[in-house]
Amino acid sequence: MTFSTSSPPAPLLSVRDLSICFDTRHGPLRAVDGITFDLAPGEILGMVGESGAGKSLTGTAITGLLERPGRIDRGEIHFEGQRIDTLGAEEMRRLRGRKIGAIFQDPLTSLNPLMTVGQQLVQTIRTHMPLSREAARKRAISFLEEVGIPAPEARIDQYPHQFSGGMRQRVVIALALCAEPSLVIADEPTTALDVSIQAQILDLLKRMCRDHGAAVILVTHDMGVIAETADRVAVMYSGRVVEIGPVEKVVRDPHHPYTTGLMQSIPRVGSGAERLTQIDGAMPRLTALPDGCAFHPRCPRAFAECSRSKPASLPVEGGHVACHLYQGEPA
Amino acid sequence: MTMTDASQPEPLVSVRGLSKTFDLSAPFLNRLIERKGMQHLRAVDGLDIEIPRGKTFSLVGESGCGKSTVAKLVVGLHVATAGEVRFDGTDLTALPAAERGTFRKRIQMIFQDPYASLNPRWRVRDIIAEPLRSFGITNSRAEEREEVGRLLEMVGLSAQDGEKFPHQFSGGQRQRISIARAISSRPEFLVCDEPTSALDVSVQSQVLNLMRDLQDELGLTYLFISHDLAVVDFMSDYVGVMYLGRLVEAGPAERIFSAPEHPYTRLLMDTVPDIAMGRRDRAPVTGEVPNPINPPPGCSFNPRCPLANARCRESAPELIARAGGTVVACHAVAEGRADLTGTAPAGIVGRDEPTACRGAA
Repeated sequence: MTFSTSSPPAPLLSVRDLSICFDTRHGPLRAVDGITFDLAPGEILGMVGESGAGKSLTGTAITGLLERPGRIDRGEIHFEGQRIDTLGAEEMRRLRGRKIGAIFQDPLTSLNPLMTVGQQLVQTIRTHMPLSREAARKRAISFLEEVGIPAPEARIDQYPHQFSGGMRQRVVIALALCAEPSLVIADEPTTALDVSIQAQILDLLKRMCRDHGAAVILVTHDMGVIAETADRVAVMYSGRVVEIGPVEKVVRDPHHPYTTGLMQSIPRVGSGAERLTQIDGAMPRLTALPDGCAFHPRCPRAFAECSRSKPASLPVEGGHVACHLYQGEPA
Repeated sequence: MTMTDASQPEPLVSVRGLSKTFDLSAPFLNRLIERKGMQHLRAVDGLDIEIPRGKTFSLVGESGCGKSTVAKLVVGLHVATAGEVRFDGTDLTALPAAERGTFRKRIQMIFQDPYASLNPRWRVRDIIAEPLRSFGITNSRAEEREEVGRLLEMVGLSAQDGEKFPHQFSGGQRQRISIARAISSRPEFLVCDEPTSALDVSVQSQVLNLMRDLQDELGLTYLFISHDLAVVDFMSDYVGVMYLGRLVEAGPAERIFSAPEHPYTRLLMDTVPDIAMGRRDRAPVTGEVPNPINPPPGCSFNPRCPLANARCRESAPELIARAGGTVVACHAVAEGRADLTGTAPAGIVGRDEPTACRGAA
C-alpha cells in the first residue's frame, strides 16, 4: 500500500504501518494503530482529529520524543531515505533540530525562561552548524527579523517573558527553522493564541517553510486552520487515519462518514443554521475500543460488516479512505 | 444604548456603566521605598448592555478584553467598582448580602472547564442536588432523587449516571452535568463563560444544540461569553464586541455579522479561519492587543487601526446609534471616514509593542 501519487520525487518522510502502544497494568493500549502516509519535500500535511485521536503521538514518534511507557510496537519511519525509528537517542538528538524542527502549542514552555532569546538561537545554530559565535548571532538576528520581530538587534538580548504570546511563538518558529531543517512538526502552533494573532502566525509559518524549503506536519484540532494552510490532510480517529487526501477534496467532498460529520458540525459564521449537525456519542476510550471500525457505534451509515472487521485504507478519488462503504471500489 | 424597541417589555438584565478596576499596586512599603506609584487595571470600563427575556446576548473579544470579568461581575463573583447590574428591575450591586440569596437561585453560571468545575469527590447526583438542597427546592430524599434523574435525562444523560463520579465521564458529558447543575435551581438567567471552548468540535455541536433546546424549553436568558465568532453567530440574538474593557460595537447578531462597522469587528471577522474559504490570502493583520495596564490614549484600538487619525489618538469615541439598531464607538464611522465596501481594510498595520507584563496567557 503506498500513498504516493503518480511517481513524484522520493518522499521526504515515509511512515509505514506505524503503531504506538502504551504498556499499562491492564495490558497494552494501542493509541496509534497502523498509520501509513508519505510526505513530499516542501509539502504541508495537516493532521486533524479530536483529543485522543493519536495525532500528537504520531508527531512525537517522528521526532523520536516518545517517552515510556509509550513505544513504537510496529511499523517503520523513513526520513530522507534513512530508517529513523530504530536510531539511538544520541543519533536522534543530532537529527532533531538539524533536520527536523518542532513547534509546540505553548510558546512559553518551549522556550527556556533563564536564557535570552539570542542565547537560545545561537546555541541551536552552533549545535548544528559550523559557525563562529559572531556569525551565529548575525544569523539569529536575521532570523528574528524574518519572523517579524521589530528591532531584532535590541530584542535578541531579552528574555522570553519580555515577549507577548504572539511574539514568543514567532521566536519559537525562528528557533525551529534556524538550522534549516527539511521537516517541521508543528503541534497546535496557534491554539494558545488569540484569533487575530492566529492568522499572523499561520501566514508566517507558511511563508517561512516555503522560503526555507521545509515540509510541515501541522497537527491541529481546527479544520479551519487546516483548510487555509495545508496541501493535504489526514483525518484521524481512534488512532487510525480514516481519510487522507488533498485539502480541497476532503473539505468539500469528504468520503468517510466521520469526516462528513466533522465538517458539518463546525459552526460557520453567516450560516444562519437553526441547529448544528451533531455526531452523537463520543470517541471511544482506548480501554473500550469497539470491534471492527472504531467509528461504527456513532456512524449513521454503519452496517453489519462494520462491527466485524477493521476497514483497510483504500484509494478513492486521489485520496485514501478506510471505510467499508468504499471497499468495493476498484483501485 | 438601546437595542430593544420601546414597545418591548423591560429587559430581564440591564447593565449600566459597569466598571471594574483591579488594584495591581505593589505593597505600600515597596511603593515608598521604590518610589513607585499606584497601578490600576481597568478591566471593564463603563459597559452598557441589555438582555431581553428569553434571548441570548454574546460578548466576544480576545483574551484580556474583560469579557470574563463581565460574567463574574454580573453573577456577583466580583464586586463592581462602579455601575449597576439590574436583574428584573432590582439593582444587584446595591443589594445587601442577605437579600442576594433569592437572586442566586434565579441566576446560575456555566464555566469553561468541565474538569475543574465539578468536585471530583462527589457523586454526580450530589453535585446536581446541591442547589436543590441549598435553595430548599425539594423536600424529601425521594423527591430529590427523582428531580436529579429528570435533570440528567433533560441534558441527555441517564438517571443511573447519578451514581457515578465525574472522572467516569468524557469532557462533553461533564459539561452536560454542569448544565444540569446550573438549571437545577430553575434559574431564568444563565451566564455561560466559554462553555464549549474546552470541547472537541463534534462534542461542541452537541452541547450548543442542547443549550438552544433548553433555552426554548425553559425560556432561559443567556449571557454567552466566547472568543469563537462562529459559535457566537449560532447562539446569539445580540452581540457585543469588546476591546480592552470597552464595548466597541453591539447590536442584533445578524446585523453585526452581515455588516460590521467598527474596524476591530471587521478585523475579527476577517481573521476567522474558514473551511469554506479555502486557502485564501488573508488581509495582513499585524499588531497585538496592547497591555491593558497602559492602554494607548484616545481610542484604545488606534495603534492597530488603519483609519486612525489625530482625533483617534486624542479622544476616546463614545457609542453612537447606527442604522440597523447597532451602536458603534468609532470616530471614523461617526465621521463617515470608514469605507464599508470591503470586509476588512487591507493592511491593518500596527505597532508591535513589547507587552512586558502580560504574563502567561
